Amino acid sequence: MISVSDVNLTFETNDGPVNALKNVSMEVNEGDFVSFIGPSGCGKTTLLRVIAALETPTEGRVTVNNMTPDEARKARQYGYVFQAAGLYPWRSVSGNIKLPLEIMGYSTSEKEDRTRKVIDLVELNGFEKKFPWQLSGGMQQRASIARALAFDANILLMDEPFGALDEIVRDRLNGELLNLWARTRKTICFVTHSIPEAVFLSTKIVVMSPRPGRITDIIESTLPKKRDLNIRDSREFIKIAQRVREGLKAGQTEDVF
Amino acid sequence: MKTSYFANKFIPVSTIVILIGVFWYLVAVPMNSDKVSRQFKNLTASEHILKCWSLKKPKLPTPHQIITEMVNTTFFKKISSKRSLVYHGWITLQATLAGFFLGTLLGILLALGIVHNKAMDLSVMPWVIASQTIPILAIAPMIIVVMNSVGVTGLLPKAIISMYLSFFPVVVGMVKGLRSPDQIQLDQMKTWSASSREILWYLRFPSSLPFLFASLKVGVAASLVGAIVGELPSGAIAGLGARMLAGTYYGQTIMIWSALFAAAFLAAFLVFTIDFLQKITLKRMAIIR
Repeated sequence: MISVSDVNLTFETNDGPVNALKNVSMEVNEGDFVSFIGPSGCGKTTLLRVIAALETPTEGRVTVNNMTPDEARKARQYGYVFQAAGLYPWRSVSGNIKLPLEIMGYSTSEKEDRTRKVIDLVELNGFEKKFPWQLSGGMQQRASIARALAFDANILLMDEPFGALDEIVRDRLNGELLNLWARTRKTICFVTHSIPEAVFLSTKIVVMSPRPGRITDIIESTLPKKRDLNIRDSREFIKIAQRVREGLKAGQTEDVF
Repeated sequence: MKTSYFANKFIPVSTIVILIGVFWYLVAVPMNSDKVSRQFKNLTASEHILKCWSLKKPKLPTPHQIITEMVNTTFFKKISSKRSLVYHGWITLQATLAGFFLGTLLGILLALGIVHNKAMDLSVMPWVIASQTIPILAIAPMIIVVMNSVGVTGLLPKAIISMYLSFFPVVVGMVKGLRSPDQIQLDQMKTWSASSREILWYLRFPSSLPFLFASLKVGVAASLVGAIVGELPSGAIAGLGARMLAGTYYGQTIMIWSALFAAAFLAAFLVFTIDFLQKITLKRMAIIR
């Protein structure tokens, strides 16, 4: 579904070139929930942006649904949820969800249908007419997810969508996200810096390290696809979390210069 | 909040008005004292002061003299009369609004060009800024003369001068406003594969409205100044500028001041109108609450 092979990306900055991604290779299969985890500067967001064609790699090959990322972007193959909800203050919740649909030229009835469906999906019923300032941070992010789900993209790219939320809200949204994933059967790439979040959500965890940004471990989760928050106390969960932590630690001590 | 309107607006504003008024009457005495001494002999001190406040052609007319003149020339003259302040105000207002409209249009078009075209971004802004460093008083007569020579007279030359002053704040504000969406919002548009026209319509333009309104308030006041300046060198016989000029010729200080006040009230009215439009628009858009 998504294939990244030998990708290098160097940013030219005033302090000289910065190696944001080095020899990055990985695969995402259809229906996967893949998390990218690592400390800041490890290139996890950059990798997601490469997949979304918001950045262009210096070297290497990336395909998304057998297309180049830019073709996939133009064909609207993915929805992208940013760290900030980025809702338009002058549009209501449903107006915000309709925005990409308007740009993509959906008919009025189609827009209504889809908006109703995704509002159901993220459980924002009753808030359609509310404006962003009337919503809590968690609800804003749910509206933003609904907006990314509204059109026919089978890939959902999420860049620390719950990073700015408190842990209680985050736990609930994580649970909801898993339900949503099961119901929509989308392929999800999810950037996070929280180990429990990555382990709880993913079928595959990509552990990354900074300077240069690279992959230190790829973990196929052995947890069942259907899970709830209690799974975090299971042995299996703790074992995977441990392996993630070791991957992160290895990245720190490894001498790369 | 409604209850504190009196304390927050009325009391501070009227206090300043009263202070200015008191200061004005105090200053009018020494300003007009010479003239009174020349015209009248053997006055007591209090008579002298009262005369200072009621001369026919004082150096500095007092507020009540100006208000009386304004009320007379506003309400007790036929609107079509050359002595009516409404007549002159209307002439100036027409040029102001025409110039304001043209200036806003030009400003928005230039801003769109600057934001969407790299070459314009690099080349136009310095000229826009340079245009405002030229004193308007120097360029206004030239505009009038040049346009007169091609047979264009009356409202349009004045409107052009208004435009010259009012397009500037609009360009500056709109460039800033059209660029106000943050990187996330622009990236998001890109993920939806939106065209730059769609980005303009759905994102840039709505985001720029608060900036536009702020610019319009500055622009409309500048437009009025432009229209009045346009009336000064043209030997115009109508308009608030012409009224001020006529007052200067005949030493009619009260006439000058009442035209000046009329211009000030007109400017205040225009600015408040835009402020009102701004409030209802932005409230509707839920940008302010």
